[in-house]
Amino acid sequence: MSVKVNLNSDKKVATRESYGNALVEVGQEHENLVVLDADLAGATKTEIFKKAFPERHIDCGIAEGNMMGIAAGLASCGKVPFASSFAMFATGRAFEQVRNSIAHTKLNVKVAATHAGISVGEDGATHQCCEDLSLMRTIPNMVVINPCDDVEAKAAVKAAYEYEGPVYLRFGRLAIPVINDPETYKFELGKGVVMREGKDLTIFATGLEVYEALVAAEKLAVDGIDAEVINIHTLKPIDEELVAASLAKTGCGVTVEEHSIIGGLYSAVCEVAAKKQPTKILAIGVEDVFGHSGPAKDLLKEFGLDSEGIYNKIKEFLK
Amino acid sequence: MNKLELQKHANEIRKGIIQGVHAAKAGHPGGSLSSAEILTYLYFEEMKNIDPANPDNPDRDRFVLSKGHAAPVLYATLAERGFFPKEELLTLRKIGSRLQGHPDMNELPGVDMSTGSLGQGLSTAVGMALAAKMDNKDYRVYSLLGDGEIQEGQIWEACMFAGHRKLDNLVVILDNNGLQIDGNIKDVCSPYPLDEKFLAFNFNVIRVDAHDFDALAAAFKEAEETKGMPTAIIAKSVKGKGVSYMENNAGWHGKAPNDEEFEIAMKDLAEIEASLCQ
Repeated sequence: MSVKVNLNSDKKVATRESYGNALVEVGQEHENLVVLDADLAGATKTEIFKKAFPERHIDCGIAEGNMMGIAAGLASCGKVPFASSFAMFATGRAFEQVRNSIAHTKLNVKVAATHAGISVGEDGATHQCCEDLSLMRTIPNMVVINPCDDVEAKAAVKAAYEYEGPVYLRFGRLAIPVINDPETYKFELGKGVVMREGKDLTIFATGLEVYEALVAAEKLAVDGIDAEVINIHTLKPIDEELVAASLAKTGCGVTVEEHSIIGGLYSAVCEVAAKKQPTKILAIGVEDVFGHSGPAKDLLKEFGLDSEGIYNKIKEFLK
Repeated sequence: MNKLELQKHANEIRKGIIQGVHAAKAGHPGGSLSSAEILTYLYFEEMKNIDPANPDNPDRDRFVLSKGHAAPVLYATLAERGFFPKEELLTLRKIGSRLQGHPDMNELPGVDMSTGSLGQGLSTAVGMALAAKMDNKDYRVYSLLGDGEIQEGQIWEACMFAGHRKLDNLVVILDNNGLQIDGNIKDVCSPYPLDEKFLAFNFNVIRVDAHDFDALAAAFKEAEETKGMPTAIIAKSVKGKGVSYMENNAGWHGKAPNDEEFEIAMKDLAEIEASLCQ
């Protein structure tokens, strides 16, 4: 059964904003939650937490590797650190510190990165990280979460706090529609969510592409194509049962991600399919290229990652 | 504990290093031997609430071996201090051993942080010291760095933060044995001058002879009495100290003695022991 989804909401929120707000909510209840940033508090929105709990907000300056090590040390002494930067620096610059000081040690650190994907927009290629899911997925002990809207992002922060161990959380800069119903929404770590039931093909989407995939599915429906849309908010561990069952039902798969098609959602879904339900799967994502500057919306369109691009690629695929 | 007892412990620790590395047929004896007195002083004299029966005491002082390849000296010290039987030193680097090639906090009780990738340990020690400050706790944090290791930029990121936050509960000890894998640190990529670097990062700086317990005692006392800034103890040491043919030889950074060399090393250490017992 699919969950309640609203594609016509006027409300748009960037998940980085959800992150900052959720930190305050969880931080109110838990004294041991601390937040680290690397001179980007205004952009990552940890400044919202800083205003509420200045003594628990630690600005490490522009030194992401050191920040991850400090987070590990704090965690070894009972704190629950959320270490934040842009996805590029949290997972790229500090990859080895995350791997060795946080994941190998199984310390209770949450690496919470914002400004992921090409929807960073104007800052261009150096800041548009389309490799973070891939990098984090390869590290043992690491849970990888990419929420699709404000409701899910806030719930993911709570779930990450409650989970004991390293977690990577991916948030975006662009304000995106709030599609989940806050009254009935429930976040389950490691579980995929059927957002729309269908029988002709399965679209697996993650992050802001969940909304775009749902809109594309409505366009496909007009053409008589009944698409199932599954939200993979947890890329690792991925919901193998749901992925395999849906592929078995529809016999056709598509993945949509604002990330490289190498190592992210496409890879994660194909790994399950190859093992449990061999199926031809179309990859929609950033096709092994760097991004560039431009308004986020225009970039998503250019890279074929808006609903229209997704619709067109699926129509071509089904020909 | 008097100086003679400390010297005897240090010599036992040196034997443990040689036995472990010989049994493993691999490992890092040079930089382990150079820091035997430093670890002896920390674990037998300086650090509080160190208890093999309660290794996770939240109020214990912490030690982070940032130069994680010197794992043999940490293991030999923990064994000497009663954390596990000395026989286990012979399992070093073997499959199934808790004595991993580089220290693993999830494997061996008494290891406060997993280390090995150079430059990363100090940041975690800084995090521990910060946690103590945030919680108004009295525990102190000690971290041993290699003088080659400080070529890593992350060390200076950590120092900048520690100085900025006035972490006077943090003591950095630099094992200044002058050698790294590729040769003399002066020739590879000189980190000198050392004092001025730490001073510039707002540290209190003390110079000592790494093998002199009186000097170490005075340095750690000064560190504890220094308020408002972290302390860096620059400990001039001899790489391979105690084993005749390993002393001041970069070739023994990461190489195990063969059976013949092992016998010579143990004889060298037995002679030191005999001289201490006179």
